[in-house]
Amino acid sequence: MATQHSRSAARLMMAPAVILLLGWMLVPLTMTLLFSFKQYLPLRGGDLGWVGFDNYVRFVSSSAFWPSVVATLTIVGGVLLITIVLGVLLALLLDQPMWGQGIVRILVIAPFFVMPTVSALVWKNMFMDPVNGLFAHLWKFFGAEPVQWLSQASLESIILIVSWQWLPFATLILLTAVQSLDSEQLEAAEMDGAPKVKRFWFIILPHLSRAITVVVLIQTIFLLSIFAEIFVTTQGSFGSRTLTYLIYQRVLESQNVGLGSAGGVYAIILANIVAIFLMRIVGKNLDN
Amino acid sequence: MGRITLDKVTKSFGETQVIPPLDLTIDDGEFTVFVGPSGCGKSTLLRLIAGLEDTTSGEIRIDGTDATNVPPAKRGLAMVFQSYALYPHMSVRKNIAFPLRMAKMDQAEIERRVEGAASVLNLSDYIERKPGQLSGGQRQRVAIGRAIVREPSAFLFDEPLSNLDAALRVGMRLEISELHKRLETTMIYVTHDQVEAMTMADKIVVLRAGHIEQVGSPLELYRAPRNLFVAGFIGSPKMNFVSGEEAGKHNAHTIGVRPEHITVSESEGRWRGVVGVAEHLGSDTFFHIHQTGLAETITVRADGEVGFNHGDTIYLTPRDEVIHRFDQDGLRIA
Amino acid sequence: MARSVTSRRKALNTLVAWTIGLLIFFPILWTILTSFKTEAQAISDPPVFLFFDWTLENYAVVQERSNYMRFLWNSVIIAGGSTILGIIIAIPAAWSMAFVPSRRTKDILLWMLSTKMLPAVGVLYPIYLIFIQFGLLDNRFGLVVVLMLINLPIIVWMLYTYFKEIPGEILEAARMDGASLKEEILYVLTPMAIPGIASTILLNFILAWNEAFWTLNLTAVNAAPLTAFIASYSSPEGLFFAKLSAASTMAIAPILILGWFSQKQLVRGLTFGAVK
Repeated sequence: MATQHSRSAARLMMAPAVILLLGWMLVPLTMTLLFSFKQYLPLRGGDLGWVGFDNYVRFVSSSAFWPSVVATLTIVGGVLLITIVLGVLLALLLDQPMWGQGIVRILVIAPFFVMPTVSALVWKNMFMDPVNGLFAHLWKFFGAEPVQWLSQASLESIILIVSWQWLPFATLILLTAVQSLDSEQLEAAEMDGAPKVKRFWFIILPHLSRAITVVVLIQTIFLLSIFAEIFVTTQGSFGSRTLTYLIYQRVLESQNVGLGSAGGVYAIILANIVAIFLMRIVGKNLDN
Repeated sequence: MGRITLDKVTKSFGETQVIPPLDLTIDDGEFTVFVGPSGCGKSTLLRLIAGLEDTTSGEIRIDGTDATNVPPAKRGLAMVFQSYALYPHMSVRKNIAFPLRMAKMDQAEIERRVEGAASVLNLSDYIERKPGQLSGGQRQRVAIGRAIVREPSAFLFDEPLSNLDAALRVGMRLEISELHKRLETTMIYVTHDQVEAMTMADKIVVLRAGHIEQVGSPLELYRAPRNLFVAGFIGSPKMNFVSGEEAGKHNAHTIGVRPEHITVSESEGRWRGVVGVAEHLGSDTFFHIHQTGLAETITVRADGEVGFNHGDTIYLTPRDEVIHRFDQDGLRIA
Repeated sequence: MARSVTSRRKALNTLVAWTIGLLIFFPILWTILTSFKTEAQAISDPPVFLFFDWTLENYAVVQERSNYMRFLWNSVIIAGGSTILGIIIAIPAAWSMAFVPSRRTKDILLWMLSTKMLPAVGVLYPIYLIFIQFGLLDNRFGLVVVLMLINLPIIVWMLYTYFKEIPGEILEAARMDGASLKEEILYVLTPMAIPGIASTILLNFILAWNEAFWTLNLTAVNAAPLTAFIASYSSPEGLFFAKLSAASTMAIAPILILGWFSQKQLVRGLTFGAVK
């Protein structure tokens, strides 16, 4: 519903954003794609010509590849599980009447605003340090041997740190969803004689399913590319090297751009698979 | 001046044509009402005249000059929207002054015109308030004020009263009519309410599915509706239609009789029926009559004091001189 | 689910919720407390909670040793610059999509979103090369542009959802009143959308402030913001808990405060309107 004039104005005004994003997407993507088919070692001879799918084969067959996939999936899966389960419980709790609800909400949300490097560093040193960390003190207090968190349980430690960062996000979104639940529905179920657990299972959880899906998809996209948390804590050692970190190491540390780019293409494909599902949900929402 | 001419104007949204080729002339100073059921294209037509939509083909002329591709602001028209479309962040004063400010008018002149409009519309007491603090009727007046100050060659109203409650609507209807009498400016008014159309218009344009069904003064439309659609749309309660044998007696396919053109009697009359619901309005009574063998229901308007009850037998006699006759295609037989 | 409950029930809720809330907040609280301790107290066993000799020394040392102000300034420039630049580009785009939608609008919106999902590491080297080529490495302007680009989809989306709530008739009224497109956006749309624009700015400022992939990989000394400043503490300074805490507190304090203001808008912004 508009005139030709406003339509052409609209196209003009959309142009800067569209062109910038198009450039931002296409230029580096094309370069990555090109590099991935080349033997490209900036510090050892530079561009050494086309090698076909060699990089793709080598990236997958390297001994570091499968462990990195496992590490990635473990971290993503672990964080999702923790944040969703705790997030649902916390959302239900925060929805109950209590004193100082606003303050509790702020306390719970706060970790989301802490920059990743800070949270990684604080956890690494002040909590997980095997000598002076708070956990070490706690373990010693109970007479246990302090755990070498980041080397003996590196994945678990990273999952803990990242879960702490993302729990607020899950809680906040699930809380919004819980609050949009029509209380009459619950009261009707109560009148129908459904006990608490059943009400949760048959009414609250289905109502939250959409929000949970959104949380899973958005978190997955961010979690697949977590970087600072690993960069600051283990630098990818002790089995904590994720796909993202492996690619980073190939590109910047060992300066094997071709190999790293092939890995990058894998990562892009992986992210896009998740993205398609997310877009479906968001797109459906646009229609109404 | 404000003579608006539409010449073979059409409008399509994608594949669907909402306005087939349409010709219409609105004379200077005329109060024209576009009326029709929702989705008949009346609002689209108004937006075409305003310039908020492009015509697909055809020409719109304002005072003889081709305005088809002129942007809305340059057409010299002012519009009052259904939702009033007031700027919520501006005071009444700033709302009314906005078009003048856009025209880069001199500050003193803006001041003078705003004060003038505010006093005419009884808004002077609220002039520093924001739209959110006003009642529906006051908002409506601000929207009109914003239109008046520009001294446009024509006013366009898009269902301006549909968001008001019934009592206010009658009041605003009068105010707009009075405004028209005073300004003598062309006004085009879109509504789906035939009562508004009948009470306000100099000229009514009845639209259906983008087609003009009839153009004429309220009484012309009332007395001589060109087809069944117009006959059924204009007038309240609706005209009764009877076809079959009874229509044949009048050499017509269908005959139409207005409820107010039927006399009732306890004992004798041409048609016989049973009273269903009786609606007592005080001044008038509407009887809905069943079992006449003519149509499902025949509606009759009688004097307020006439006392029939549910289930009573009633005799009806239509006044022959005002029976409307229609042919097989639903067109009026002269 | 507003229902009256017994005050015993409410007290229990309060107790549980506060305990969990404080537990989640504890790392932040502990960091802030430790920043006021001496190094010895910071690692003392058993840990001291509140009864220690409060000192501001750590803050002085951190500022003196690493010039905290410069990193802070870089963070402000990069986060602020990218947000403002993004808003300037996004407002006209969001106007177009909200008020002059075409059949392609939805596709464009989704496509914009998809660029946000491109894994950064996949394009790290090309960006690196481009930055070297244009002399943008360790340059604040370069980071402003990159962060603007990665947040642009979110900015457009948020503005789009806010603009959608403004009735189109008001903009048409402005058009009838003789406002040009620029005047329509400047005098009518923007003032009406101020709350939405403000929360968009807030959320994107926070996201840009905390961004820790490009800021770590594309800066060295001159343009390094607080994320990089903190990362430089990873060793061996990280063993000095009190100073680490002081540095951390300074890095997160501004954003914690801003964050509390923006929590209501967070959900809409982060889910692209999929959850309201």
